[in-house]
Amino acid sequence: MFTELDAVVPMLCVTLAALASMAAEAFRGRGERMPIGLLGLVGLVGAAVSAVLLWDRNAEAFGVIVADNFGLFVTMVLAAIGVLTILFSSQVLERDGLPSGEYYTLMLFSIVGMIMMATATDLLVIFVALEILSLAVYVLTGIRRDHLPGTEAAFKYFLLGAFSSAFFLYGIAFTYGVTGSTRLAAVGSYLSAQSMTDNPMILLALGLLLVGFAFKISAVPFHMWTPDAYEGAPAIVTGFMSTGVKAAAFAAFARVFLSAFEPFKDEWAPVVAVIAVATMVLGTVVGVAQSNLKRMLAYSSIAHGGYLLVGLVAANQVGKAAILFYLLAYSVTNLAAFGVIAMLGARDKANDSLRDYAGLWQTRPALAALMTVCLLSLGGLPPTAGFIGKWYIFSAAVSSGYYGLAIVGMLTSVISVFFYLRVVVMMYMAERDPSLSPMGVTGVGMAALTVSIAAIFYLGVLPTQVLNLAAASIATIF
Amino acid sequence: MMLTLSWALPLAGALLLLLVGNADGRRDSLIRWLSLVVSLLSFAVTLALWLGFDSASAEFQFVERVPWIPAFGIDYYVGVDGISLLLVVLTGFLTPIALLSSWESVDRKVKEFSMFILALEAAMIGVFVSLDLFLFYVFWDAMLIPMYFLIGIWGYDQRIYAAIKFMLYTMAGSVLMLVAILGLAYMYSEATGSYSFDLLKLYTLEIAPETQRWLFLAFAVAFAIKVPLFPFHTWLPDAHVQAPTAGSIILAGVLLKMGTYGLVRFAFPLFPVAAAEFAPWIALLAVIGIVYGALVAMVQPDMKKLVAYSSVSHLGFVVLGICAMNVQGVQGAVYQMLAHGVSTGGLFLMVGMLSDRRHTRLIAEFGGLKNVMPRLTAAFLIITLASIGMPALNGFIGEFLTMVGAFLWDPRYVVAAGLGVILSAVYMLWMFQRVYLGNVTHDENATLSDLTPREWASVVPLCAAAVVMGVFPMIFLAPMEPSVRRVVAQVQAVQPLRVDNEMPNAKFKIQTRRASELPDDVRRASSPVAP
Repeated sequence: MFTELDAVVPMLCVTLAALASMAAEAFRGRGERMPIGLLGLVGLVGAAVSAVLLWDRNAEAFGVIVADNFGLFVTMVLAAIGVLTILFSSQVLERDGLPSGEYYTLMLFSIVGMIMMATATDLLVIFVALEILSLAVYVLTGIRRDHLPGTEAAFKYFLLGAFSSAFFLYGIAFTYGVTGSTRLAAVGSYLSAQSMTDNPMILLALGLLLVGFAFKISAVPFHMWTPDAYEGAPAIVTGFMSTGVKAAAFAAFARVFLSAFEPFKDEWAPVVAVIAVATMVLGTVVGVAQSNLKRMLAYSSIAHGGYLLVGLVAANQVGKAAILFYLLAYSVTNLAAFGVIAMLGARDKANDSLRDYAGLWQTRPALAALMTVCLLSLGGLPPTAGFIGKWYIFSAAVSSGYYGLAIVGMLTSVISVFFYLRVVVMMYMAERDPSLSPMGVTGVGMAALTVSIAAIFYLGVLPTQVLNLAAASIATIF
Repeated sequence: MMLTLSWALPLAGALLLLLVGNADGRRDSLIRWLSLVVSLLSFAVTLALWLGFDSASAEFQFVERVPWIPAFGIDYYVGVDGISLLLVVLTGFLTPIALLSSWESVDRKVKEFSMFILALEAAMIGVFVSLDLFLFYVFWDAMLIPMYFLIGIWGYDQRIYAAIKFMLYTMAGSVLMLVAILGLAYMYSEATGSYSFDLLKLYTLEIAPETQRWLFLAFAVAFAIKVPLFPFHTWLPDAHVQAPTAGSIILAGVLLKMGTYGLVRFAFPLFPVAAAEFAPWIALLAVIGIVYGALVAMVQPDMKKLVAYSSVSHLGFVVLGICAMNVQGVQGAVYQMLAHGVSTGGLFLMVGMLSDRRHTRLIAEFGGLKNVMPRLTAAFLIITLASIGMPALNGFIGEFLTMVGAFLWDPRYVVAAGLGVILSAVYMLWMFQRVYLGNVTHDENATLSDLTPREWASVVPLCAAAVVMGVFPMIFLAPMEPSVRRVVAQVQAVQPLRVDNEMPNAKFKIQTRRASELPDDVRRASSPVAP
């Protein structure tokens, strides 16, 4: 019985932390300050450590959760995302007067959902995980109740998210209807045993599941909610959901489509390839026109979803490992970028339009330099993590013969460099507007940023170990 | 260790500067001296490489190899042969001069400026010494970042536009090259079962002609943009004119050579069949560039723009020599790269000196400077003559050899290129005449000061190099010759009969490269370990 529970230990750690922070908030006196974030850190570190201990053991729980290396790798990425988010948040919460108990509890619960999503092997459990994480993130988006755009963003996100959940659930229903099971393994073996490529039911199921996932990873044309939600949410929440939700959704996406629906690859791969191209092109082209940094990064994260889809389409060994590596590289980079935005904000003013960054180099050279590294990494320039990630993804595409996808991806990444550079131009080459208020950054935030930047360079210069880890973690499944 | 030191030293210098606190410019002079010392030390390292280099060997020397990303067969793999050695030395030579040129003109954010220059040097040397395509690409792309900042922060009025244009133009070319590199590595893994980005292994890969065409085009476009070959040159006048003097010196002196170096090192030897097919057309573009660059240079009112367009013209010679792909042509091309680095670097340096004094670069604003600044005039004259290709100065050897090489291949190109030589005399001397000769036409110019000791220190090495390269060319030609022979043999061996005869009027051509004659030459040059 207890060995059954091994596979869910990472989730349990985070759940306990979430419950503890909820209780702590309840017992907190008015005006009393409590290090609730610390509870979250403990839980997340516990999750990461247990993930390390579970490595290579393929522990299974209740037949629906499996702690294989793939899931554990994503779990560690998610734990890293959580830790960085908490470190960045501490300053933001205090400044904006956000309720820290609720904030951390919601965040930790959504991480529980994410980890569950990454390790679930049953479509229904994936759906439950999706709901756990989504509900928490909807609330986080609108956590500033007095902030109109935030509320609007949360509402939009919630409505469209509900639609996508319905699609997803419908897809599960059809899958069950055809195969008689929601377990991925059973679905996979049923589908590969029977030749049913012309069965409209299963194609419908496939399509509906695809729509559900496409919503969550904000792939074109299901991306409509993304710019609004990302712009309206507090910057640090945007950073969290643009990395965590995407990582979890991609993990489940890859698991479902590359194991259960692998026999149908010839059917879904062209569709996903088209979606990938559309996502990369739209994300970058529309990103060029943005003048709000958060919105710009929202489009950039859409484009990054497109790159990840390229890895999914390539679907060879390299491609699967590339998705994992890219998720890590992208998450660290994007989160750090949003961390900078969050820390430069003020309570009454988000300071997230491009003009607010004018001459940042003059006043905060270190922050400007760190932001530049993040942007260059997002743009895929060496020697940063983003470069290795892109190279890995596109080498997967090339070795599967998808030269067209690789070329589109490369060209769109050049276009994306254009808008990342607009920020750099602002920070370094524009004069500072003296009317802008000076902004303070705490030591914790700066430390988190430094760690992220170190990670970006580490992944960019010495990627071998992590590449091997990523390759090893897909070896056990698929 | 020497090669790693050659690029790691400037990088370490840049990181060292990061640690120097310089809040309100108090330590500017310390930083200037520190960066100068680091760049001089790097130059010393590159000279030491040259001293230790075995000129008789065509092989890569000072080779270092450490596994980097073993899963993909990526190694940290560096080495120099005669072609890259001298380009490394050129980089080491020009960097201190670039730093000296901005000693006074760059007066804000000196620390960051020096850091970017040193980082740029590291990346440039890295490009020249990489023998692993992945490593090469990392340096190649990383180089854009410091150059972007140098243009964008310390440049002139249109600097931001120029910086972004420079970055996007070069990146657009290089990402296609990255796809081609990945394709190559993939083909290698198909053939042998494991990935490799090792250039020497990839040389041996046999690629179908159809595939070669695509891969060659991807590489060639990336390099053509960098050279820049007509019609990919439009970023160059903007970048050159807007860059600060130090940026222009490095841009013209070293960065442009990466394109031509890439053609010699990668595009032609990796895809010899496609190279033979495309060579006449690339040469055609090169010749158009020679004449077009010269004509446009002639009508420029701005000295810096004039020099920028003259680069388009001069680099055309280099590309022409490479396309000829015979020993004379390639040797001339490499020599011309070095010569152009020295003379154009010198021109930008001295134009920068005038611009620092008068804050204008318009030719019409000057006149009769000979009466005011005789020393600068003398130095400028030497470099001008060197740039024109006057015998006994550096430009002559390179242009002469490339034209000999091109003549052996197809004399028609030489006719047009010869026109470029004449035109270059026209625009350079005309500029010299308008700026320096005659009477002082503007009162502001009457009181200009002549060269300061610091400026002497930057001008004299360039003039000396121009003279030495012109009088004793063998110092430079000897170490590169075996390597050049190896490259030529490598390209010609696969495709000994160039498809020149597809060009119209093929009978017009003088056929010196008879197939019977070539292999002999080839065998001698390409025997790997000369006893």
